[in-house]
Amino acid sequence: MFQFTSEQYRLKVGLAEMLKGGVIMDVTNAEQARIAEDAGASAVMALERVPSDIRKDGGVARMANIGIIEKIMATVNIPVMAKARIGHFMEARILEALGVDYIDESEVLTPADEEHHIDKTDFKVPFVCGARNLGEALRRIAEGAAMIRTKGEAGSGNIVEAVRHIRTIVKEMKQLTVLGKEELVHQAKTLQSPLELVEWVAQNGKLPTPNFSAGGIATPADAALVMQLGAEAVFVGSGIFKSSDPKARAEAIVKAAKNFNNPEALLEASRSLGEAMPGLDVSKIPESELMQTRGW
Amino acid sequence: MKRVGVLSLQGDFAAHGAAVERAGGEPVFVRQREQLGGIDGLIIPGGESTTMLKLLHYEGLMEPLAEFGRHKPIFGTCAGAILMATKVCSPEQESLGLVDIAVERNAYGRQIDSRVTEIEPDPEFEKRTAPGKLEAVFIRAPIIRDAGKGSKVLARYKGDPVLLEAGRHLVATFHPELTGDSRVHALFLEKL
Repeated sequence: MFQFTSEQYRLKVGLAEMLKGGVIMDVTNAEQARIAEDAGASAVMALERVPSDIRKDGGVARMANIGIIEKIMATVNIPVMAKARIGHFMEARILEALGVDYIDESEVLTPADEEHHIDKTDFKVPFVCGARNLGEALRRIAEGAAMIRTKGEAGSGNIVEAVRHIRTIVKEMKQLTVLGKEELVHQAKTLQSPLELVEWVAQNGKLPTPNFSAGGIATPADAALVMQLGAEAVFVGSGIFKSSDPKARAEAIVKAAKNFNNPEALLEASRSLGEAMPGLDVSKIPESELMQTRGW
Repeated sequence: MKRVGVLSLQGDFAAHGAAVERAGGEPVFVRQREQLGGIDGLIIPGGESTTMLKLLHYEGLMEPLAEFGRHKPIFGTCAGAILMATKVCSPEQESLGLVDIAVERNAYGRQIDSRVTEIEPDPEFEKRTAPGKLEAVFIRAPIIRDAGKGSKVLARYKGDPVLLEAGRHLVATFHPELTGDSRVHALFLEKL
């Protein structure tokens, strides 16, 4: 059983603590990374195409070109994250050797393994993973993830799935807090998660890692909504660089994450933003094209 | 009970709030200028210093914080220490200039070079709190390259100051809020 009190694990969760209240922005080149940092992003996620383009282009989506990630790392001083395919531990090893600050084992890329996620305890670099519900979150934590984010539906510009996922995780955690010991054993079975982690959540009412939100955030109001529902920071993928004025939108979402509790400040942040990215009705996306159902 | 503000723009403010409680203080999560009036001291947490600087400007908090620091104690950890310094390098960056130190950002390297280590505090730190080594959690930490004459080094790591007292202020390049040891926060509470 993995030790979530070990020094290595505390360092991994420690960096996630430092990112709370912030906005992690998807960028595809050094110029976008500079815009993100200047707008106040707390980290950037380096990838080859933003999720809405991956969705449009189809084909296999892989780890980003190393040259692009290197340029981004050389350009900004904030942490740089990068995505590896689910189960592709060699992409992850390469990203670790490159020295990225966090790896996202991400459903946005095409999965490399349809049964196994990466054994993340074996890495020095920390991992973030997506989840739709508490069971999925705890399985990823058991594998060594040091940060959980909702999956939402990446590249859709539609917040409905991220809302569903954060509400589900928060509700399932609340339910555990009122159960007795023998009921927790049963819940561990239902959630398909280790009992030790289920008991930890029952005692503390939260995840042992920070709990962020991703997948469909396109406006300052979207960011504030998921934070009101319990997310501690947000990832914005296509929402910034697929909008008509990325710089203004990036700054506005940074302000919204800090002011998620303050409607007057959110109103101010929502003024003169230009056009948001185009959105998709998630119910119209064919089952086979959903990203959130990747991973298990 | 001492009311300790924790600047909650971005970063590990929640961990600091819990550490203040463990040390016997009452945390106040400060997001607006008006809240500075009702607190005895302020903690600037770890996080990303560039993000915090942006938000300090957006919220018109630069001057109010500098003014607060001219009268009341501030404790900065990691990014907080960077914001309190008089000089920041790699890259050069604006700061509040409250503590006469020169700080180099990300001086140990990237996350892969982050570390947890035990350090021997100065005997004066132990005398003012309790004896025992300090567990120091460094996360993409800065290094204090130069410290003014008026400051007192309370702990070092590999020769560089990592916990430093300068008049009413306190700075740490590591994260005492991420350990169970509340002595550094208790020391700050003593200064209020």
